[in-house]
Amino acid sequence: MADNQSDKNAYWSANIRIVTWCLVIWAVVSFGFGILLRPMLSGIAVGGTDLGFWFAQQGSILVFLALIFFYAWRMNKLDAEHGVEED
Amino acid sequence: MDQFVLNWLFIGASFALYIGIAVWARAGSTSEFYAAGRGVHPITNGMATGADWMSAASFISMAGLIAFTGYDNSTFLMGWTGGYVLLALLLAPYLRKFGKFTVSEFIGDRFYSKTARMVAVICLLVASITYVIGQMQGVGIAFGRFLEVSATTGLLIGACVVFAYAVFGGMKGVTYTQVAQYVVLITAYTIPAIFISLQLTGNPIPALGMLGEHTASGEPLLQKLDGLVTELGFNSYTGHHADTLNMVLFTLSLMIGTAGLPHVIMRFFTVPTVSDARWSAGWTLVFIALLYLTAPAVGSMARLNLITTVYPDGTASAPIAYEERPDWMATWEKTGLLKYDDKNGDGLIQWYNEGSDGFAATAAERGWTGSELSVNRDILVLANPEIAGLPGWVIALVAAGGLAAALSTAAGLLLAISSAVSHDLLKGQLTPNMSEKSELMAARISMAVAIAVAVILGLNPPGFAAQTVALAFGLAAASIFPALMMGIFSKRINNRGAVAGMLAGLVTTLVYIFLHKGWLFIPDTNSFTDADPLLLTIKSTSFGAVGAMINFAVAIGVSRVTAAPPQEIVDLVESVRIPKGAGAAAADH
Repeated sequence: MADNQSDKNAYWSANIRIVTWCLVIWAVVSFGFGILLRPMLSGIAVGGTDLGFWFAQQGSILVFLALIFFYAWRMNKLDAEHGVEED
Repeated sequence: MDQFVLNWLFIGASFALYIGIAVWARAGSTSEFYAAGRGVHPITNGMATGADWMSAASFISMAGLIAFTGYDNSTFLMGWTGGYVLLALLLAPYLRKFGKFTVSEFIGDRFYSKTARMVAVICLLVASITYVIGQMQGVGIAFGRFLEVSATTGLLIGACVVFAYAVFGGMKGVTYTQVAQYVVLITAYTIPAIFISLQLTGNPIPALGMLGEHTASGEPLLQKLDGLVTELGFNSYTGHHADTLNMVLFTLSLMIGTAGLPHVIMRFFTVPTVSDARWSAGWTLVFIALLYLTAPAVGSMARLNLITTVYPDGTASAPIAYEERPDWMATWEKTGLLKYDDKNGDGLIQWYNEGSDGFAATAAERGWTGSELSVNRDILVLANPEIAGLPGWVIALVAAGGLAAALSTAAGLLLAISSAVSHDLLKGQLTPNMSEKSELMAARISMAVAIAVAVILGLNPPGFAAQTVALAFGLAAASIFPALMMGIFSKRINNRGAVAGMLAGLVTTLVYIFLHKGWLFIPDTNSFTDADPLLLTIKSTSFGAVGAMINFAVAIGVSRVTAAPPQEIVDLVESVRIPKGAGAAAADH
């Protein structure tokens, strides 16, 4: 267990911050670029179509992958900083 | 070699491999049966989860869903992959830290309520059983098409193989068989896709080929496809034609539902540490993305191939004559999944959008009296090797791949069902004093019974089997995901709030689905249709996300006005939130 309550709270709020940012990106690339903001991106051509179509069919999946690996790496670092990593 | 012999060889070899694994990976304890002894490497688990998750629907149907609709069905691609972000960030590491065997067990302990656990068990059973029916049917159909046995025989052979590794091996046997099944299914999916991409675009990577140039015309492939489909009166392939609100909610429902499906979540109980659970979610998505990035390419290329097959000299010229159709069309006509009806009696295959008002004048001018070809979207992937003229062994490989996809998902679902029965219902509720040895026996018997039930339902599918996806995802999204998330991220949600929230989410979602699909899916008892839904433009398949919001709102509201959870629950939540001590938690068993 962590040493004291305030450090536990600091660890948890740092985690919440990371999760929140990751989920903002998650939503922007899929619901945003892939659907709602597609008309704004229609001027940017990508291989026979536009950027919004690319995000809907490929880009969002690639960003999802990057997000999960970033989160795993960042949380392992955060665990070590707060001394709550597994033995 | 004869195609039929090749099919038997490939399917027989893959089944021998699965049974070999079953003999090697026998489970000796409940920990091995429920969680493979928590010794599965994160990459291995990622591969197994990929096969667990990618069902007959992903393998067989998804490329067709994209091919015949285009951009609007990107919702499936984003929804079924985006859920893994939620799973990785919000659930998997914490549930692994909790260190128990079932999803319902966490809900029961965290909300210190047997009622909560039972509500979760019911949702789990309904979602998993409806889901498994579709898989069993898929097994029967694939056998029928490729081995020329009856669907019933095919289903029984498939059930015997699953029995061999799931009853004896439990999670341990299922895990290693799923790894083998992943390899079979991804090879089977990508090889024909690579060939087709090379033929059409010269690019060996289908996902890049889709964005590249169509070699025959010199135009970008998607632009060429847009041109062809609109010339035949269809909606443009890359255009946005569906209702935006429904698209957003449908994608969100698939995401939340994916993250809440118990048979997927429980795979993350098998890795050794919390950190492994985080990495493993990433590897899972890597293995899923290999198929999901290929599927839209397969979809667009197959649609293009189909149109140029029917209209070899361009859409402005006459289509091919029925007598000159390629062999694969004749093969699939036998299954009834591809149909030709010479409506104007000219012997040619006119294929166009007969529902388009804008195209009606052109059709009349050309003497067309209706579209004469109907292609079931499910045959695209299975017929792909034949359409591209690939050798017989590729066709046999695709048959083995389709079976691997259906069997691996069926085994995962059966495991979720049997552990809910033996661990949550028997050990948790009815006979808590059961020894480990009897619990292991109970788990094996539950598995055998679950397989028998799945076979019976697969042979006599209830009318609602086709609605499986909406129901399973709706329930997982509206009941299970919010309860798990609040259990981890809030210390204030109490037993009453959780139960009220789950029931509210469950009931509103069920009622909304029933209002549109018929009560208990009985035809003609519906008051609304998905074309003209009750709320705004929200179809019943998209309601899971709304059900989840209702669950969150009710749970928070009820918890506010009732007593806060006791101190030991607050301590439990705090311990789940930090990785340290995951090994100790697992040692409780």
